[in-house]
Amino acid sequence: MQKTYYDPSDLRKFGKITEWSEELGNKFFEYYGKVFEEGALTAREKSLIALAVAHTEQCPYCIDAYTKDGLQRGITKEEMMEAIHVGAAIKSGATLVHGVQMMNKVNKLDG
Amino acid sequence: MTKIKTQSLKKRDSDLAKSKKQLEILSNGIFQNGELPTFKDKISETNQFPLKAKTLEILQINVGYMCNQVCEHCHVDAGPDRKEIMTRETMQQCLDVIKSSGAHTLDLTGGAPEMNPDFRWFVEEAAKVGIKDFIVRSNLTIIRANKTYYDLPEFFKKYNIHVVSSMPHWTRGKTDKQRGDGVFDASIKALQELNAVGYGMPDSNLKLDLVYNPSGAFLPGDQASMEKDFKKALLEDFGIQFHNLFAITNLPISRFLDYLIASENYEDYMYALVEAYNPSAVANVMCTNTLSISWDGYLFDCDFNQMLELPVNSKVKHISQYNKTLLEKRNIVISQHCYGCTAGAGSSCQGVVT
Repeated sequence: MQKTYYDPSDLRKFGKITEWSEELGNKFFEYYGKVFEEGALTAREKSLIALAVAHTEQCPYCIDAYTKDGLQRGITKEEMMEAIHVGAAIKSGATLVHGVQMMNKVNKLDG
Repeated sequence: MTKIKTQSLKKRDSDLAKSKKQLEILSNGIFQNGELPTFKDKISETNQFPLKAKTLEILQINVGYMCNQVCEHCHVDAGPDRKEIMTRETMQQCLDVIKSSGAHTLDLTGGAPEMNPDFRWFVEEAAKVGIKDFIVRSNLTIIRANKTYYDLPEFFKKYNIHVVSSMPHWTRGKTDKQRGDGVFDASIKALQELNAVGYGMPDSNLKLDLVYNPSGAFLPGDQASMEKDFKKALLEDFGIQFHNLFAITNLPISRFLDYLIASENYEDYMYALVEAYNPSAVANVMCTNTLSISWDGYLFDCDFNQMLELPVNSKVKHISQYNKTLLEKRNIVISQHCYGCTAGAGSSCQGVVT
């Protein structure tokens, strides 16, 4: 039994999820592939969105995959870091905006 | 990438300067224990083994390993300390073959081919043959290296040379990290000078193409998208124009292999190459229509096999013995480095192959 929850080489085995549920697995990968095709957004823009979400989701597999994907597309480290800050800003904003809920509650109970 | 070295592996007396050592690494480990299939097994799955040479279309001549740069990824292990230079006698033998072979493309490479003292003589003589596409692979910085080379754009123009030059990125940082400090600025200046004499302009017959190969342990992205990004950035930032971008995969040999091992990326990179294997790229790999000639006149299926000292599988071994019939349909010599040319859309000196 492995001693850690995450193993980098597991990323290579992602495709194997279809082995235990072929229909759903195939549908997922078909959808996934379609999402990342060039559309109203470029594949480059989608790669940066994926990288930012990978960080907000704190998924090490996704960070590994979309950092490499970005490099392959010629995306610079400055662009990658800016994208991550967008994710971080939304994350912290999402926390802080709930402060209004706290304020509402305080005002109601103790205003 | 690690800090760029200033000497070749050979000069540093590195084990990896020896082709035997490189071939050992490529055959052992993950390929020996069956974790990954060998290239031979992989192409056998689609009945493409043995890979056979087709009609010769491209003569690629390496006129010497000397170079003014010491790029981190260089598969030639070229540099200022390399003294292997093609003689005029061997060039004459090449000229005889250029005249008789029927190849439509002549491709001069190095090192920096311009540093061969007989380079200009060779170009002048070869141009007389009237070959359809006459390529010189110029590293750009040589044009700015010293005044001996300042007139190269005019010289190329005079002989209607098709200039193909390396450019790993449109930003300074990524370019200099791979090719050395100051390379980006010198390359930009050289490209502007080539543009000034007409190279790379939209309607110009003076062909200027760029070669993109990744600056680290990852595969190249889509060639068409990269070309769009390069064109936009170089035009907006520096007013530079060029025709096509060729996306080339770094093959795991020589200095790039050294880098992969030192940075602990070797196994992941080989996995990436094997996972990206594209059987439809196999039919069009460049070794099937190319003959690579080394500085001392020996024959190889490609420039990579030349560096691995894997000679053609034929009775004919040297340009002085050239025989079209004996070389046609020869079995191509392969090893695991060949995965580099069949990954994704495939890779060749002319970019993707599918």
